[in-house]
Amino acid sequence: MKFHFSRKQLCIPYAVFLVCFVLIPMFIIVFYAFTAPVMENGVQVGITFSFDNLVDLFTNPTKLLNMGRSILIGLLTTVICLLIAYPVAYILARSGIRRNAVLLLLFIVPMWVNFVLRVNALKELLSWIGILGASDFWNYFNTVLGMVYDFLPFMILPLYTTLLKIDNSYVEAAKDLGASAPVAFWKVTLPLSYPGIVSGITMVFLPSMTNYVVSTLLGNGKVGIIGSLIEQSFLNSQWNAGSMMALLLLVVMFVSTWLTGGFQNEDAASSRGGNLW
Amino acid sequence: MENTNDTIIELIDVSRQFDENTIAVDHVNLRIKKGEFVTFLGPSGCGKTTTLRMIAGFDLPTGGQILLNGKDISLLPPNKRPINTVFQRYALFPHLNVFENVAFGLKLKRIPKEGKSVKLSKEEISKKVRHALEIVDLEGFEKRDVTTLSGGQQQRIAIARAIVNEPEILLLDEPLGALDLKMRKEMQIELKEMHRKLGITFIYVTHDQEEALTMSDTIVVMADGTIQQIGTPVEIYNEPNNVFVADFIGESNIFSGAMVGKLKVKFCGKEFACLDDFETGQLVDIVVRPEDVKMVSPEEGQLKGKIISVVFKGVHYEITALCGKNEIVIQSTQSKTVGEEIGMILTPDDIHIMEKAFLTNKYDGYITKKNTVCFGDGEFECDVTQLYPGSHLDEEGYLITKEGKKIDLTDVDVKVEVGLHDISMSDNIDAGGATGHIISIIYKGDHYAYIVRTDETEEDFVFDCEDLWNENDHVSILIPADKIKLTLARPEEEKE
Repeated sequence: MKFHFSRKQLCIPYAVFLVCFVLIPMFIIVFYAFTAPVMENGVQVGITFSFDNLVDLFTNPTKLLNMGRSILIGLLTTVICLLIAYPVAYILARSGIRRNAVLLLLFIVPMWVNFVLRVNALKELLSWIGILGASDFWNYFNTVLGMVYDFLPFMILPLYTTLLKIDNSYVEAAKDLGASAPVAFWKVTLPLSYPGIVSGITMVFLPSMTNYVVSTLLGNGKVGIIGSLIEQSFLNSQWNAGSMMALLLLVVMFVSTWLTGGFQNEDAASSRGGNLW
Repeated sequence: MENTNDTIIELIDVSRQFDENTIAVDHVNLRIKKGEFVTFLGPSGCGKTTTLRMIAGFDLPTGGQILLNGKDISLLPPNKRPINTVFQRYALFPHLNVFENVAFGLKLKRIPKEGKSVKLSKEEISKKVRHALEIVDLEGFEKRDVTTLSGGQQQRIAIARAIVNEPEILLLDEPLGALDLKMRKEMQIELKEMHRKLGITFIYVTHDQEEALTMSDTIVVMADGTIQQIGTPVEIYNEPNNVFVADFIGESNIFSGAMVGKLKVKFCGKEFACLDDFETGQLVDIVVRPEDVKMVSPEEGQLKGKIISVVFKGVHYEITALCGKNEIVIQSTQSKTVGEEIGMILTPDDIHIMEKAFLTNKYDGYITKKNTVCFGDGEFECDVTQLYPGSHLDEEGYLITKEGKKIDLTDVDVKVEVGLHDISMSDNIDAGGATGHIISIIYKGDHYAYIVRTDETEEDFVFDCEDLWNENDHVSILIPADKIKLTLARPEEEKE
């Protein structure tokens, strides 16, 4: 039979790529997460199914502590980013003139400078000021500072695109109906920018929970978060425990995306603006 | 001020300037009576929407005053004005349902009660919302999501959202623009009906002359930021103030002519009796509506012509006859054949005469080193010797007067005058002294009246031309050197 070339065949490379680099690795993670090595005289002789990793995850005090810390740092970073980014994005979007592109660029360009370089530069700066590793408080402070510095653009961008798309006539309509400027903002602009807020939160909260480079460098090694635990697990050949933690993050990510409506129909998501991905 | 009690809103000398070169609204004076249905009519960019936005409070005037019930509200924010707006694209809040949209204004409202100002109760709000939805014929839509409604329904919700607040004035910014023709006709009748029932003042903005004629008590025709004419639909249609209004409202034949005697006007090479009294010798524009031209046999007609086209338009035929060099458009229920000779009769009643708005182009300019003149955003060759009678130029370009005095004309300010027939256009941008875009074309029987506006300082060149160009064409302006009339701006001041 003659080979028929159709558009469907163009998908094959992508399908192969997805299977090799997404599906198979995911299965490997799931596999490792729910198995444990069978040891005999210090030598691994087999593999067995086990819930040990899962149980350990919720009973091991170090892990629990690190998870709690991750969530705390993630929350703090997200809230601070949101508080800084919203006014910036609002001003950039509302003043509505072309030169804003330049201003926006100023906030975005740092993103293009190598990440490790940026964090190290900040570290040098903090140690020059003298607050690097000064106390527990400063360790946390510096970590969150680094995270905010790092993730701010990811909060500004989706907010900016959403706010830019909000037609000024909505605000005018609110004022026309008797709302003062603050009320019009509270009742119209803010609810309409919700998709941008959600998209910004998703892009900041989860990455900041796991960004151990920042927490290690700026927290003076004292602020352990779940990301650093995962790294250590794999470095110490505890693949099973590491996989379980990675899997947990995957689930958290999935659930939070689902809760905030990230799996909505692409049309609905894009018509509301906001979803950068 | 007479009739102050009747007047709800008054615009006194109101201007809105966006930047140095853009004046959206230019010294507008207008008084609107309580309960009137007023329409701002004009082409896009004529300032009608800006005027409306200043009344609503979204734009603040850069000059003049807006009085509401005699009080100055020029600088009051929109939420403090008892005026509500129906927006062009409705601007319904997509995150709220129909009920919440309509109730938006009510929930913010404070009413005085026992000496305090209190919010409306839930019951009062639902009652009012229900009533407003009844008025717009959308009872039972409270829970619907606004994004699921059709254009016509959204339109009605937008109206309900505005009228539920019981404003003194309802502003409507081209509210029917997004609807299809049939829906638009229905809504026109409904809006008129609503206006009658509510008894409040409606200010309506549209570029659709038919809509304006159908719905309004008063039409305000605007162009270029200024009011061209204020009047009832009948007045505007039958007695247009100028060529622009005549051309914009309905179909018209516009001719150039002159008064040749008491109540006598001459155009198309014939004299006609007329009703408008102008001085003999005055140059005038004449407007004749196509439906007013009566066709008769060639022998009986005041004008004779040959039919060059017949188009069936449903109710009538649109017949174009060539009479000498003039094309005359006729609307008639009779059909004719192309090539037929006909006669045409115009009774005094049908001839509308208006003063020529523009007789000559005038500019301020100055003379350059090369003895050319700069004006109207360009530089033109000219004959500078006309500034001093009997003078001539020497080899170095200095002007030698009759008395033998040597004058350097560089930078001398002059007044420049160019006649309507002395300007021509070229599509070769480098050919002429100035360049600009055609912003207006009005057909005048045997020629077109053009206005070309220059790009930089927005100077206008007004002239007649027999060829048809397109609006917005980019052209250069040609003026023969001997047609540029120069006079000294300050004759007493002589440069040595």
